[in-house]
Amino acid sequence: MKKTILAASIFAFTIIGNADARDQIKIVGSSTVYPFATVVAERFGKTSGFKTPVIESTGSGGGLKLFCKGLGTEHPDITNASRRIKMKEVKKCAKNGVTDITEIKVGFDGIAMANAKSGPMLELSLKDIYLALAKVVPADPEGNTVKPNPYKMWNEVNPALPAAPIVVIGPPPTSGTRDAFNELAIERGCKKFAGRKALKKKDKKLYKKECRGVREDGPYVEAGENDNLIIEKLVADPGALGVFGYSFLDQNRDKVKAAKVDGVFPEFEAISSGKYPVSRSLFFYVKNAHASVIPGVKEYVREFTSNKAIGTEGYLISKGLIPLSESERAKFEKDGKTLAKFDGKVLKK
Amino acid sequence: MTNITEKIKLSLSKRQRSEKRFKFLGFIGISFAILFLIIILYSIFSQGQSAFKSTYIELNIFFDEKIIDVEGKRDIEDIKFANFRKIITNSLDNYFPEVEKREEKRKLHEFISSSEEKNLMNLVLSDQELIGKSKQLWLLASSTIDVIHKNPEMEEIVESDRLVDDLELSWFKTFKENGNLKFGFNKNFFSKADSTEPEQAGVLGSMLGSFFTLLITLILSFPIAVAAGVFLEELAPKNRFTDFIEVNINNLAAVPSIIFGLLGLAIFLNVMHLPRSAPIVGGMVLALMTLPTIIIATRASLKAVPPSIREAAIGLGATKFQTVNHHVLPLSMPGILTGTIIGMSQALGESAPLLMIGMVAFIVDIPGSFTDSATVLPVQIYLWKSTAARGFLELTAAGVMVLLTFLILMNGLAVFVRQKFEKKW
Repeated sequence: MKKTILAASIFAFTIIGNADARDQIKIVGSSTVYPFATVVAERFGKTSGFKTPVIESTGSGGGLKLFCKGLGTEHPDITNASRRIKMKEVKKCAKNGVTDITEIKVGFDGIAMANAKSGPMLELSLKDIYLALAKVVPADPEGNTVKPNPYKMWNEVNPALPAAPIVVIGPPPTSGTRDAFNELAIERGCKKFAGRKALKKKDKKLYKKECRGVREDGPYVEAGENDNLIIEKLVADPGALGVFGYSFLDQNRDKVKAAKVDGVFPEFEAISSGKYPVSRSLFFYVKNAHASVIPGVKEYVREFTSNKAIGTEGYLISKGLIPLSESERAKFEKDGKTLAKFDGKVLKK
Repeated sequence: MTNITEKIKLSLSKRQRSEKRFKFLGFIGISFAILFLIIILYSIFSQGQSAFKSTYIELNIFFDEKIIDVEGKRDIEDIKFANFRKIITNSLDNYFPEVEKREEKRKLHEFISSSEEKNLMNLVLSDQELIGKSKQLWLLASSTIDVIHKNPEMEEIVESDRLVDDLELSWFKTFKENGNLKFGFNKNFFSKADSTEPEQAGVLGSMLGSFFTLLITLILSFPIAVAAGVFLEELAPKNRFTDFIEVNINNLAAVPSIIFGLLGLAIFLNVMHLPRSAPIVGGMVLALMTLPTIIIATRASLKAVPPSIREAAIGLGATKFQTVNHHVLPLSMPGILTGTIIGMSQALGESAPLLMIGMVAFIVDIPGSFTDSATVLPVQIYLWKSTAARGFLELTAAGVMVLLTFLILMNGLAVFVRQKFEKKW
């Protein structure tokens, strides 16, 4: 009996002793940045002598929520995001004492719409995407009034498209890819209607709700934060269209083919030049107060922003990341070195 | 009277027919179950078996003194910092002297896995005589080459659909024709943890994570659950209160596992400030989940011990506690152990509650203690499944095979314990 008590107390002490110190970077956030961050982390662990950072894929929103919970070793040091931090999140961070953060932009990612190789070749416009997937669509040609989305077939949206049912498989609302898709594809299609555009000035809240809302009556299928699953579903159902990042398209070219959006294929050059309309920036945010406490944070940031990682010939580029311009990368490399404080004022809205 | 026997006789064939129908339907049900099992196992095994071998390329490696040991002092620190990548790329360039363009060279250099740099370093460290000499060595190929090697049909499809372009394919074919390409055992699979490169990824990290997690689960849940079961079944008075507890325990056994994850997040992480992603927390969460299973098993096997044994012990003057401790509990141990093992194998396959406490993560370092960041087998399978690179497809299936092996072993142990030690009254 004495032995058991002794063992139990030693056991408890080792736990308590280990709980307050941490020598390993913890990273959370976007599933789109995850494949890039893991490569950087692995290389960093192999070459730097620090422990390899632990990375969780929680989605951009989930990551920022954990990140903003407070300072201290039980909270993550870095969060990845496939969209920019929101004013709301900056405020929440500040409320919990996380006032000093650094923003690093690492590159771009295009959001592709693709279907199985055996499916039809599609040419979509942003307007088509909006009409096919929005919760409410214009009831008159000007877009002054709205009705629930009645369209079930692609050719009802645009006569040039095939007479096939609308089935789009994409990420859930917690995903940064979904946020970006709503904003870059659906909302921009919505703006093509004069009446909708006018609504933005009158009632911004209603505009956002109506122009970014995705239909929930079946044609849009949420597939979870797992892009491989979407690709498998596309292969099984040649009539369906999938929404996912460029890096997944690149890895699965033998299974799926991309649709043209506004006449442009999601190709490397088109995304980096901004010609392809549905592309967004990828970020990560560093908690500056942790950088001096947790060993390796500064060095990890330096590795991620270095020319050999995200420069035009960096190792992340061969993994499907679309690079920043050299001047922009140099700016963020400097920001990372000095841990330049992020000013929430640059976020309009 | 004859009337009734007549009636029974008439209905006989009808009753026999219905029995046959029932038998037939039961047979169909079982056949379907077996069929699906075979399909699942077949698809896993046919996909996964190729993960146990990986492609090796034979190269003539020249251990150039100018690269490894510039100053010629044979200083171990100098050798450790030498550019072993350069040694590999040099020998690739020697193999294909006609490749001259920078971009093409870069593609050629990606044929060999980056993990070989460290292996060459260790080779030189163990035998410094090698410096300045050449040696024929089999080096691990990168995952893309491995995928092409394992799927010969990929050589036939058009360039744009293939993982490699025509030039890379021609180099691959040259290696093959010269006999410098072979399959070897995939050592990394059993000696490494997660990686972004499929050829360097393995299950050891997650296996150890599972081990540490389950150890905590067992240490916590087994004594508590057995004590609770014994108390409720043998010692506690039967009243409203114990009835209420009993109902609750039965309910807890049916609660979805993710709820226990939420509980773990709220109490172990947010209140007790235990580290995120650590097996200790994972084990505690899974212990909560396993408790009701073991309590129920304990009570059931205590009930199965005949009352005559208790009465005999009490008749000889034993206290209630002595009766339980000396007689009832040892006799019911086989049943309790079976329940515990089943509970443990359930916990081994669990991933949902671990999501909440950060054990679903990319972890390269192999865990060495209860507080190191770790992940578990089912989570590792999930993570590989959701990765883009092609080589992870077979790793996913192979991971499932490893998990299945452990589950079968544990359940086999449960059957063995029951068969071997169970008493028939």
